[in-house]
Amino acid sequence: MSTATLSRWSRFRESFLWYSFKRDKIAIVSFVVFVLIVAAGVFAPLLAPADPYDLTQINIMNSELPPMWLDGGDPQFPLGTDAQGRDLLSTILYGTRVSLLIGFGAVLLQSLLGILFGLLAGYLGGRVDALLMRVADVQLSFSTLMVAIIVGAVFKASFGNLMFGEIAIYMLILIIGVAEWPQIARTVRASVLAEKKKEYVDAAKVMGFRTNRIMFRHILPNTLSPIFVIGTVQIANAIISEAALSFLGLGMPETQPSLGSLIKSGFDYIQSGSWWITLIPGLVLVVLVLVINLLGDWLRDVMNPRLYKG
Amino acid sequence: MTAPAPLVEIRNLEKRFDLSGNFLEQLRFRNGKLTRHQEYVHAINGVNLQVQKGEALCVVGESGCGKSTVARTVMGLLSPSGGEVHYGGKRIDDMSGKAVLPYRRKMQMIFQNPYASLNPRMTIQQTLEEPIRFHHPDWTKADIKNQVQDVMQSVGIDPDWGVRYAHEFSGGQRQRISIARALAVDPEFIVADEPISALDVSIQAQVLNLMMDAQEARGLTYLFITHDLAVVEHFGTRVAVMYLGTVCELADTATLFDSPRHPYTQALLSAIPRLEDHRPNHIRLHGEVSTPVNLPSGCVFHGRCPYANDRCRQEIPALIATDSGSQVACHAVEEGRL
Repeated sequence: MSTATLSRWSRFRESFLWYSFKRDKIAIVSFVVFVLIVAAGVFAPLLAPADPYDLTQINIMNSELPPMWLDGGDPQFPLGTDAQGRDLLSTILYGTRVSLLIGFGAVLLQSLLGILFGLLAGYLGGRVDALLMRVADVQLSFSTLMVAIIVGAVFKASFGNLMFGEIAIYMLILIIGVAEWPQIARTVRASVLAEKKKEYVDAAKVMGFRTNRIMFRHILPNTLSPIFVIGTVQIANAIISEAALSFLGLGMPETQPSLGSLIKSGFDYIQSGSWWITLIPGLVLVVLVLVINLLGDWLRDVMNPRLYKG
Repeated sequence: MTAPAPLVEIRNLEKRFDLSGNFLEQLRFRNGKLTRHQEYVHAINGVNLQVQKGEALCVVGESGCGKSTVARTVMGLLSPSGGEVHYGGKRIDDMSGKAVLPYRRKMQMIFQNPYASLNPRMTIQQTLEEPIRFHHPDWTKADIKNQVQDVMQSVGIDPDWGVRYAHEFSGGQRQRISIARALAVDPEFIVADEPISALDVSIQAQVLNLMMDAQEARGLTYLFITHDLAVVEHFGTRVAVMYLGTVCELADTATLFDSPRHPYTQALLSAIPRLEDHRPNHIRLHGEVSTPVNLPSGCVFHGRCPYANDRCRQEIPALIATDSGSQVACHAVEEGRL
């Protein structure tokens, strides 16, 4: 086992991926920032000075305090407080965690759906292909956000605010995941169409392997590189979608704020001078989405078969 | 030739490929009328072949004559539009996926392009182990490992290279590995679809000898698709010459090369370049090469045949045994005009 992992590691060290990563400063910086943000989100309960979900730690008297380097700032709240008196640093840490969870969750869901439907459409062809791709076309002709707004509004109305608050995370993952699967399904289908004509697929058929085995064991591993590229960019898209929905009041409730709902809650106070409630979470969101997109760009360049044949 | 039952028998095999697309695309306006227009590529038109146990039956012909389609139909990669494929006396072309599984183990295929026929995301060990594990679910890990080691050694690949991926090997090595994959399940019958045409000339002989050694050691039967007549002379027991989806001559290798009977075979053999030639003396065929989309009536070769008469233009010739032991599908040979 240890030799296998060792050889996999050394294989990675010799790979083109690692080689081009070492040479690309933007990729390195993006990756480091991304890892820092993810680590901050994952370890939020350890890092945050206060627990924004715990109402007993919140004092309304502390509301709208500016960051500590400004006049009237309190060193207890390094980035100031929001309108309810929550420590902004802690809330941002917890909010990043929620945003990342939704981003990764939604992309996981859309990859599952997209890979499954893309493989079926590409490999089986014919009617299955026509049906699945028309469904995808119909779905792509609606904007993701519009579908999400309608579904979100219906759910919010039927479950009520309190219930919606509890299941909001799963709802958002579901809505964004289901709305975006055609992107991945189309990419997978295109690579499956190219792969299934190759002779190793014929060889597998001659062996008598069943369709499922050929699709998932033989073709799927050869279509994964474009999925990685799209998946990366889709994480950023999902985070943005979630922020937009939250900003419209259809996302995470204010009791468990994501970055988007934090921005929204601060937006009401921006005219009264409390700019930090909106701007600091907004900055975190922009940096997070930017580094993910930069990493996606780098991955796209590395895995582009025209630039490098692997 | 008729005494023992053939291992593989192809009866009246036909394969058409639809060119006309779906129903809506088939509708055409002609003279104010809406008509349905269908077009097919007639890749194989009534091929009869029998492969005897232990022989190497070579199928030769120019590109596009349906050799590869015959190979792929026999292996079940394509389903025939008409006719039957029999293996060991059982009809296999209409069998369900489960029923055909025992025959999958006995029939294997070697492909043309060694750069595409190995899965790039699998190590050689995985590539070779998977079919064995699939066809022998009761074998232990040690059994499988032994079998893989044996088969790798028999094709001249060091078993220690099993951890490597396909792209780390050269073309010749890859083709050895795909031969190993075919041999891994201990088949009786191997279809080789131009297995050496993608290789360097210096490697071709090695791979060919490897296949002949395997034939001797394991008692294999080959259906060998090629366009290289030198290979046929070296490798084949019998030869079937194909033209436009039909077999025009079937003979023992020596007989065919000594006294080709069919005008197409004669032209084909005369086109082999020879070292002693000062000026090539090959038969020049005239006329248009027919397409498999619009098949000519009668003999498929009549448009280019110097001996064609009216009968050739109307009646399709059948394979007829001649006194030299070969079978020829030609009216001129039958009538003694040639």
